Amino acid sequence: MLKWTRRNMLAAIALAIPLGFGGMAATDATAESVLRVIPHADLKNLDPIWTTAYISRNHGYLIYDTLFAMDENLAPQPQMVESWTTSDDGLVWTFKLREGLNWHDGTPVTAADCVASLERWGKRDGMGQQLFAVMDSLTATDDDTIVMKLNAPYGLVLESIGKISSNVPFMMPARVAATDAFEQIDDYTGSGPFVFQKDLWVPGSKVVYTKNEAYVPRSEPVSAASGGKIAKVDKVIWTYFPDQTTAVNALMAGEIDYFESPSNDLAPIMEANPDIVVEVNDPLGNIGFARFNHLLPPFDNVEVRRAAIMAMKQEDYMAGAVGDPKFWSTCYSVYPCGTPLANEVGSDVIKTGDIEIAKAALAASGYDGTPVVIMQPTDVPILSAFSLISAEKLRAIGMEVDVQAMDWSTLTSRRALRDPVADGGWNIFHTWWIGADLIDPMAIGFSGNPDKGWFGWAEDAALEEARSAFAMATTLEEKQAFGRTVQERLWAIGASGQLGQFFTPVAYRKNVTGLIKSPVQFFWNLSVD
Amino acid sequence: MFFYIIKRILATIPVMVIVALFVFLMLRLSPGDPAAVIAGDYATTEDVERIREQLGLNEPIPVQMYKWIAQLARGDLGTAIFSKLPVTTLIGQRLEPTLLLALCTIIFTVLVAVPLGTIAAYKAGSWIDRFVMLFSVAGFSVPIFVLGYMLIYVLSMQLKILPVQGYKSPFEYGLWEFLRHMILPVITLSVIYIALIARMTRATVQEVLQEDYVRTARAKGQSEFKVLMFHALRNAAVPIVTVIGLGIALMIGGVVVTESVYNIPGLGRLVLDAVLARDYPVIQGLILFFSFIYILINLLIDLSYTLLDPRIRY
Repeated sequence: MLKWTRRNMLAAIALAIPLGFGGMAATDATAESVLRVIPHADLKNLDPIWTTAYISRNHGYLIYDTLFAMDENLAPQPQMVESWTTSDDGLVWTFKLREGLNWHDGTPVTAADCVASLERWGKRDGMGQQLFAVMDSLTATDDDTIVMKLNAPYGLVLESIGKISSNVPFMMPARVAATDAFEQIDDYTGSGPFVFQKDLWVPGSKVVYTKNEAYVPRSEPVSAASGGKIAKVDKVIWTYFPDQTTAVNALMAGEIDYFESPSNDLAPIMEANPDIVVEVNDPLGNIGFARFNHLLPPFDNVEVRRAAIMAMKQEDYMAGAVGDPKFWSTCYSVYPCGTPLANEVGSDVIKTGDIEIAKAALAASGYDGTPVVIMQPTDVPILSAFSLISAEKLRAIGMEVDVQAMDWSTLTSRRALRDPVADGGWNIFHTWWIGADLIDPMAIGFSGNPDKGWFGWAEDAALEEARSAFAMATTLEEKQAFGRTVQERLWAIGASGQLGQFFTPVAYRKNVTGLIKSPVQFFWNLSVD
Repeated sequence: MFFYIIKRILATIPVMVIVALFVFLMLRLSPGDPAAVIAGDYATTEDVERIREQLGLNEPIPVQMYKWIAQLARGDLGTAIFSKLPVTTLIGQRLEPTLLLALCTIIFTVLVAVPLGTIAAYKAGSWIDRFVMLFSVAGFSVPIFVLGYMLIYVLSMQLKILPVQGYKSPFEYGLWEFLRHMILPVITLSVIYIALIARMTRATVQEVLQEDYVRTARAKGQSEFKVLMFHALRNAAVPIVTVIGLGIALMIGGVVVTESVYNIPGLGRLVLDAVLARDYPVIQGLILFFSFIYILINLLIDLSYTLLDPRIRY
């Protein structure tokens, strides 16, 4: 047994002194400006081309740069590109890189790096695949010139290489971009305004980025992803909080500066604190969906799908799952309300929101009483609530409903199954898409090709034709016309139920300034006073 | 005793093999797919399938199992699917916070629970005894997360004397910063064990106090302090140490909750994150690691009996 002899006590003091002074030394060394952030999710992997996860995309924006970037009007603007030209027939595009671009290891960014990066991205991203399908060649003619030759005029060249959300075509050194598109990269050298500190990365907890002192920002003012990316803090530290209550407490206690995605129901607590600002930073918000499995009965019948949609009153979903009306609105366009293609053509079916009309439509559809399996992800509160509301609505119109509770991971694997319900299949799951991913018909969720499309596997040749025509359109009028056709087809086939547009606020302490209004979270331009 | 220790260590091998096989099969047979999580919400079925292929998840289960066992035999716990870091690195990153949290909790628990239980036994029926029993019932009844939030609300948000969350390594930030961040998690996690051990100590010491040798000690004129410390408590030590050991083993569950509430980047949270993401190599590695620790604790408890009770020999 340890006795408190003089010798033991001296030993304990000797141990305590360096430990105590170690703390003082650590405090003295922290004169740099640090932005302490709670990100919306844990950064599980570091390759924003390998995964579509938004947290990996946000990580990508910190350390990589893009050839083009969307401004706040969702128009592509040059970012790494200095100038570009298009041939009269629209088939040859020439891009010139701007001066002063360097990788984090100090070597210059070359056109060959950018070609390799685009090629890797083109193997994974939907828009990238479409672009490469009309491409004859993509070459680096010298160190700072990229030439893209197309086999047909294509209306989404800049929109594709400047897309704002996953998968963003981030530029990587050629040696990194040479990695198989279905394998993760293990070299995180970028050319963006911040540098990833791999040695300090603790998966599930902490990510540290330091300012890239050599980064040369553009001279234009910042506008969403475009303009001058000026790192105004020395360090950005992401600390992942699995518990929302603790996260809010940490923000209010001043242990954290910025909380990217607090639950809407915690907003009133933070709003009551005079040191905290709670605001909606993403003008497009998120769009909720009820996705049908088009392959299995009863939703292999278009009339049954449309009857179900008629019962889905957006106000009920939004009030039940999101709550405070200042964080949601109804939206009867497949493109987020407030974006250039938004319209209400063909939207009568989703505006119905009436149980009696839906009941009559179901009776006329030939529904035979086949039970409907709804997958309910209980670990995602909004989606869990959507699932329960759908269950009540479908029961109310006379459908047999089986709500199966599971976690989101299980749901994501099960929704990939095309098998009958008895073999693990499903009928409905709920999700949301961020508005920025739905701004045009190229979103994978709007696909009408069951072989290459999204889970639920909608099939409609006219829909696919309109999507292809949209991609080829070169004027805004043409794009709007094809955009309307796509929407009409989506409602006509009852591809999905649309449940409303909702907004998740950000919360930050008042000493944080320079927030950029955007559907994606950026960390340049932010400073801590 | 040397041969006993060797025998016990050898006996862990089949146990670990059974645990490994069980964990492997349970994970493969339960729903969920890391490829779907990796691909993200907007990936197509085709993408998910390509990633499954790349990760080797489409191989027959016996082939996957063979590869994993071969890896284990080389002392390699594998590489995390998501972070691409070796599982041993992930465990190494998270070991210190969990280990120190558990250690501080055990020390605090023993320092509080054993004297409380002993005094309650000595003063059986008094208000102290009733208070200890009341505390025990309350300690068992209040869920860890409720207690955690209450402590944060009072001590961090209202009185502002302790931080809300986080972990500061004593080797990097110094002892004071470490302790400041550890006080609330340790109190939160230890309450249930204090309740358990205080109750156990009370019952055991009370029983021992009825023994003839205690009466003899008193008759010989020993002070009450000496009677309690060297006659009663020492003879009650074996069951108390057993309960403490079981408490340490049970602590793994409590650590998961405590680390989440106080945002401590320890092994408990690593388990939770890995399970939610279906990161098979990490889950398998962690369960093997925890099993090993569990077995080790049991061995240490058994060995400690020989120190506490000279009649026990192996």
